[in-house]
Amino acid sequence: MVSFERFVLPNGLKVLVHEDPTTPMAVVNVLYDVGARDEDPDKTGFAHLFEHLMFGGSVNIPSYDEPLQRVGGENNAFTSNDITNYYITLPSVNLETAFWLESDRMLSLAFSEKSLEVQRSVVCEEFKQRYLNQPYGDVWLKLRPMAYKTHPYQWATIGKVLQHIEEATIEDVKDFFKKHYNPANAILVVGGSVKTEQVKLLAEKWFGSIPGYSKVKRNLPAEPQQTEERRETVHANVPLNALYTVFHMPSRNDEGYYSSDLISDILSRGNSSRLFRNLLKDQKLFSEINAYLTGSLDAGLFVLEGKPLPGISMEVAEAAIWTELEKLKTEYVNPEELTKVKNKIESTMVFSEMNLLDKAMNLAFFELLGDANLLNTETTNYLEVTAEQIRNQAQNIFRKENSSTLYYLAN
Amino acid sequence: MLNRALAPEFGQIENIKLIEANPFVLDNGLKTFIINGGEQDLIRIEFVFSNINWDAGSPLQSFATNTLLNDGTSEFSAAQIADRIDFYGAFLQTEYNYDQASVTLYTLNKHLSVTLPIVKAIITDSIFPQVEIDTFILNQKQKLSVNLEKNDFIGRKVFNETLFGNTLYGYDISAKDYDQLNREQLTQYYKSAYQPANCTIILSGKVSDKALNEINSHFGKDWKSADSFKENNFDFTGKPGAEIYIEKPDALQSAIRIGQLAINRNHTDFPGFQVLNTILGGYFGSRLMANIREDKGYTYGIGSAVVSLKNAGYFFIASEVGADVTASAMEEIRKEINILQNNLVSDEELSLVRNYMLGSMLGSLENALSHADKFKNIYFSNLGYDYYDRYIQVVRNITAKDVLELANKYLNWDDFQKVVVGKK
Repeated sequence: MVSFERFVLPNGLKVLVHEDPTTPMAVVNVLYDVGARDEDPDKTGFAHLFEHLMFGGSVNIPSYDEPLQRVGGENNAFTSNDITNYYITLPSVNLETAFWLESDRMLSLAFSEKSLEVQRSVVCEEFKQRYLNQPYGDVWLKLRPMAYKTHPYQWATIGKVLQHIEEATIEDVKDFFKKHYNPANAILVVGGSVKTEQVKLLAEKWFGSIPGYSKVKRNLPAEPQQTEERRETVHANVPLNALYTVFHMPSRNDEGYYSSDLISDILSRGNSSRLFRNLLKDQKLFSEINAYLTGSLDAGLFVLEGKPLPGISMEVAEAAIWTELEKLKTEYVNPEELTKVKNKIESTMVFSEMNLLDKAMNLAFFELLGDANLLNTETTNYLEVTAEQIRNQAQNIFRKENSSTLYYLAN
Repeated sequence: MLNRALAPEFGQIENIKLIEANPFVLDNGLKTFIINGGEQDLIRIEFVFSNINWDAGSPLQSFATNTLLNDGTSEFSAAQIADRIDFYGAFLQTEYNYDQASVTLYTLNKHLSVTLPIVKAIITDSIFPQVEIDTFILNQKQKLSVNLEKNDFIGRKVFNETLFGNTLYGYDISAKDYDQLNREQLTQYYKSAYQPANCTIILSGKVSDKALNEINSHFGKDWKSADSFKENNFDFTGKPGAEIYIEKPDALQSAIRIGQLAINRNHTDFPGFQVLNTILGGYFGSRLMANIREDKGYTYGIGSAVVSLKNAGYFFIASEVGADVTASAMEEIRKEINILQNNLVSDEELSLVRNYMLGSMLGSLENALSHADKFKNIYFSNLGYDYYDRYIQVVRNITAKDVLELANKYLNWDDFQKVVVGKK
């Protein structure tokens, strides 16, 4: 159970406070409701590039990192297809420094040309390091456009191509800031050895005077129902063949998310999972095999990926995966196996409560989903899933005409 | 009117309190330490075994034995072990590093009684079925072939081999080393390494007397030490610095790894060296990051570290940089080392690094599990909690002159092994 208080400033900023007196630290987490899905198709990778620029100085404070480090704090951020999340941990005695820094960059950035120029290079190097100069690194650059034809999930957070990042201008940066970085589009979570009253005063002092704009209404094209199986083959300088199959599945907010997540656990969580046990250990078809969800806010993907062993053809490997999927579609998962995956959900939740930053990030994310308290009812949502729901969900998801399969073959 | 240009007042970090480990001895003499704390009703149990009997003729025996522990005992098959652990929502991990191999159980306390017997079977009664060994060898070789396509992996491997030669720290593992693993070797190693005399148990989380009793009855009664074993002792001498270049014609980035032998935690200079390292490359605001990422944009990240091992200490700088700027990046690194050796760090920078390091120390003490990690750092270096008192004292009081002297003592560009994988 993660307790919290909530209040909203007149400019629209939502603030959540989680008091945890067991730690001398505080966490300040700011989630902006903007991600790669909000980008222009011709300017992809921008939300993430923008995240880098948020560290390049704000209107009144030339350096973001330095004053924070000076008071014993650390920070980082990440961008996904859905959100951009910034977080600070610091000794709670110095909490106000975090408010000072976060509020100034919400007020306005410095929009420095030098920062843009350097961060364009840094992000291009990140693109190379993570996507282009790694074996299989570019696989999501290929899978996303296979699975999504209309919805902006068709590009990865890093962007479609290096060129989009190289061409970003300071005007683009200003427009993006104006559109997405304002109080009504943000959720602030403060946790640790803090008091709600103290946080209220600090929030009003530092964030209260930031002008409020109405929240941008998101109007993204829905991905039309897929009606035909999609298949592609690529060749690359990798040592092993790899197989990827992705299926469309419900969004994070949909009831069907929970049964889908449990299906991925049945298939691939832990050494007792079906894919690991049957296909890797017993049948010795794969050296690695995994199932997981993208967990996105709009309709997401159920992902299966594996590397067949030498001498195992792609067709045999793929057929073996389908045999496992067919079992889920036709047979009820037995009660013991269902209890097993639910127990794992429960213990994982308890372990995550040991970590202050996890708690703060989770509160922000569930608040975005509609209500931070959903974090506390999340385990129950999983526990209520029945074997029948799992079978039905497997039938909904695991259909050839709902799938995109990529053969990633060694040259 | 709010003056946003003015930083709020800030306080110094005063009280850094560690939860000290409580020693306990099981009936058979097994050393156990307890770090009790936290609200959540869970426990982490670590069984830590030193790596022993190093033999360059069978370099993988310790790693393979550790990884294959949960793949079968005389009572349980690999599938049964996995089923039982997963069913109770527990996590059973084997972990391996240069000095130690460990088995760690994470479980809710309510499931301790049912998961503990499995752990006991694994630690005292593993049988290493041939079929599991075969699968392990096959899959590890596949993983290795993928890793060998990564420039940073090759850089690390070559760097370690250059520093540490044919010891466990430096041995260059290849596919043939997997091929020559056999059951007899693993069984023999298991018998020597996995005995109480070579084990330390560390309990953290909510540790009740009941839990301690259960652990004692499983691991403190009939589990006895029988075999003799030889601790790993390695001696290393520095050799002249060299440039080692491994060309990858298609590389978009070059992996750089450079550094040299240094001191470990037992040396009195170690905390000061950590301050020096932080300034150079140990945090986001470090000089290497400020110059090579934030000013030049040559890389997504660059950092340095001092590593403390049982038989050695070493220092390294690592980055992946644009292939076309490899030489420039190396030159900038050299310049930064040179500056640290010749110019005093300013009071402003030094005070920032002090505060950053103290805040980071405070933040690393989040829960009982992290306090246990702090304990392991000192315990396995044969140090007491006064190490941390001294560390904090050094961070608070070190002078710019000390930092300059340490830079001259421990960082020498000409002595560095400079490994570049990619393009020059």
